[in-house]
Amino acid sequence: MGTKDYLGIIWFSIILVVTPFIIGNDYYIGILVFAAFNCLSCIGLSLLMGYAGQISLGHAAFLGIGAYSSALLTVKMGWSPWLAIVLGIILAVIMALVIGIPSLRLKGHYLAMATLGFGSIIHIVTVAAVDFTGGPAGISQIPTLNIFGFPINSDVKYYAFIWIIVVIGLFFALNIIHSRSGRALRAIHGSEDAAGSSGIHTSRYKIRIFVISAIYSSIAGSFYAHYVNYIDPGPFGIMHSVLLVTMVAVGGMHKVWGAVIGSILLSVLPEILSTISEVVEGYGIEYKPDYDTLIYGSILLAIMLFLPGGIFQGVGDGFKRLKKLFTRKTSSAV
Amino acid sequence: MNHSNQFSDLLQFVFMGIQRGSIYALVAMGFNIIYNATGVINFAQGEFVVLGGLIMVSMTTMLHVPIVVAFFLSTLVVMIAGVIMERFTINPVKEPGILRLIIITIAVSILLKGIAMCIWGKDSYHMDHFSGDTPFEIFGATILPQTLWIIGILVIIVFFFILFFNHTMIGKSMRACAINRDAARLVGINDRLAVMYSFAISAGIGAIAGIIITPIIQMDYGRGALLGLKGFGAAVVGGLGNSIGAVVAGIILGVIEALGAGYISSHYMDAIALLILLIVLFLRPSGIMGSSEASRLKDF
Repeated sequence: MGTKDYLGIIWFSIILVVTPFIIGNDYYIGILVFAAFNCLSCIGLSLLMGYAGQISLGHAAFLGIGAYSSALLTVKMGWSPWLAIVLGIILAVIMALVIGIPSLRLKGHYLAMATLGFGSIIHIVTVAAVDFTGGPAGISQIPTLNIFGFPINSDVKYYAFIWIIVVIGLFFALNIIHSRSGRALRAIHGSEDAAGSSGIHTSRYKIRIFVISAIYSSIAGSFYAHYVNYIDPGPFGIMHSVLLVTMVAVGGMHKVWGAVIGSILLSVLPEILSTISEVVEGYGIEYKPDYDTLIYGSILLAIMLFLPGGIFQGVGDGFKRLKKLFTRKTSSAV
Repeated sequence: MNHSNQFSDLLQFVFMGIQRGSIYALVAMGFNIIYNATGVINFAQGEFVVLGGLIMVSMTTMLHVPIVVAFFLSTLVVMIAGVIMERFTINPVKEPGILRLIIITIAVSILLKGIAMCIWGKDSYHMDHFSGDTPFEIFGATILPQTLWIIGILVIIVFFFILFFNHTMIGKSMRACAINRDAARLVGINDRLAVMYSFAISAGIGAIAGIIITPIIQMDYGRGALLGLKGFGAAVVGGLGNSIGAVVAGIILGVIEALGAGYISSHYMDAIALLILLIVLFLRPSGIMGSSEASRLKDF
């Protein structure tokens, strides 16, 4: 991790600590908790997209695996939530290996297709296996989490807890990038053949990063289940997988920070839009949640066409350009 | 008696499978045409199918356009949508990395889905069968006239498809681009135009698939993803880029799916085709009809 990243984490943490005091409303804090689940998944996904150059359209399935493991094991078998989370991770790893090994050994974007199929199958199973998953009715009464006897039973407590997890996850991800594996991955992204000829076992690294990204999602799914206390197949479908990809791509897929920004931005966007719509309601413009799809699609398209590096890089470039403009001006003045 | 019952059940499932399979085959052909021209899997393919179906519904039930006219008009509208998509989202990209192009097609698919939802809402739309819905009886199994329409239109499209790619200048130049874009450009073929044609044709075939299946499945805005995914399954099973393989694979996939739904469980029907997709992807990524050597040359 470079100094910039350490500074980034410190600033990010400060912002996270200050935010609840500024908004101070449980509803909005709840939205930020949801943003954290997306953020955690997106950090993992950005490792895969930005550094291994692969795309997964089934990450919501890993969320689902985590969430359903936690829900089933705690509700039906009475396991400790923490043990259930670990089992969810193990399951996600096995699934990621089953999907990843065959499709990542191939060159190209077969993973996208394999994960798309895998994601739909998991979603279909969660809906159809009524005896096991509860089907569309879902599973309720999932217990809240306890840490050393302290129940995390309010929005603010959960906010603190989940964002600490996200920061730890971020820390890990940034470390992976600046390790030998990270450099190997970037080499693979640049050219698979060149990386392979300089002794990098390309498919092994790609599979490893895919498994890691699946772990991130599984953890997010488990914590999601414990936060909402009730799960159904709804949020684990293809649309959510696509939304996660959108978040990473909008934020900027070549930087983990981009995924953080993209996921937070798009998670709170519907809220911002509906707030705006309440303000402008008097003018005959009304915002409906139905428009979400349209807006996500337009944003993703606009970003991919005009700012392929994502918002994060776009803003960075903007600053650099401003700086250049500024320095040029001063130098000409002297 | 019991035996003949079993036979007619089987036949019934096979009819149903061919009916669905024909649609997968058409969607798969659409995938292949764009894949051959650009090397990209167009994730918006399923949305073309939905648009075709929904536009057809609006034209026939609200505007009372005669079916034949509405058929061609709807196809044309979706083809225009395909061309617009290519001109505004694929063509302007200066450094077209595959990953970026794939995400662009995903974005377009979300956008089209959003537009479809804003226009038609979340209802599913019913449309009359082309020529009545009194089924014929064959060996104790029944077959809808619409199924015959679907099979017939598939055959006609495959016929025109072969004619187009083997006997017209545009078709031949598109094939040249698919084989080697640089070489095609060297002999004076406008490869960017070929990409535009591929989007038009692919959107058109997708639209037709949507139009002919709508009387049977009732179209709604959200059907694109699954239809697209199964069509993609057919494309992979048939060997990516191989359109005749896709047709065969699509029908096989449809029949297996229908048999699975009939004999195993209808709840898992959608999962069966996807499971086959995964198995083929893992065991034989070149597809059952594609040669593995040719697929190694393709960089996807």
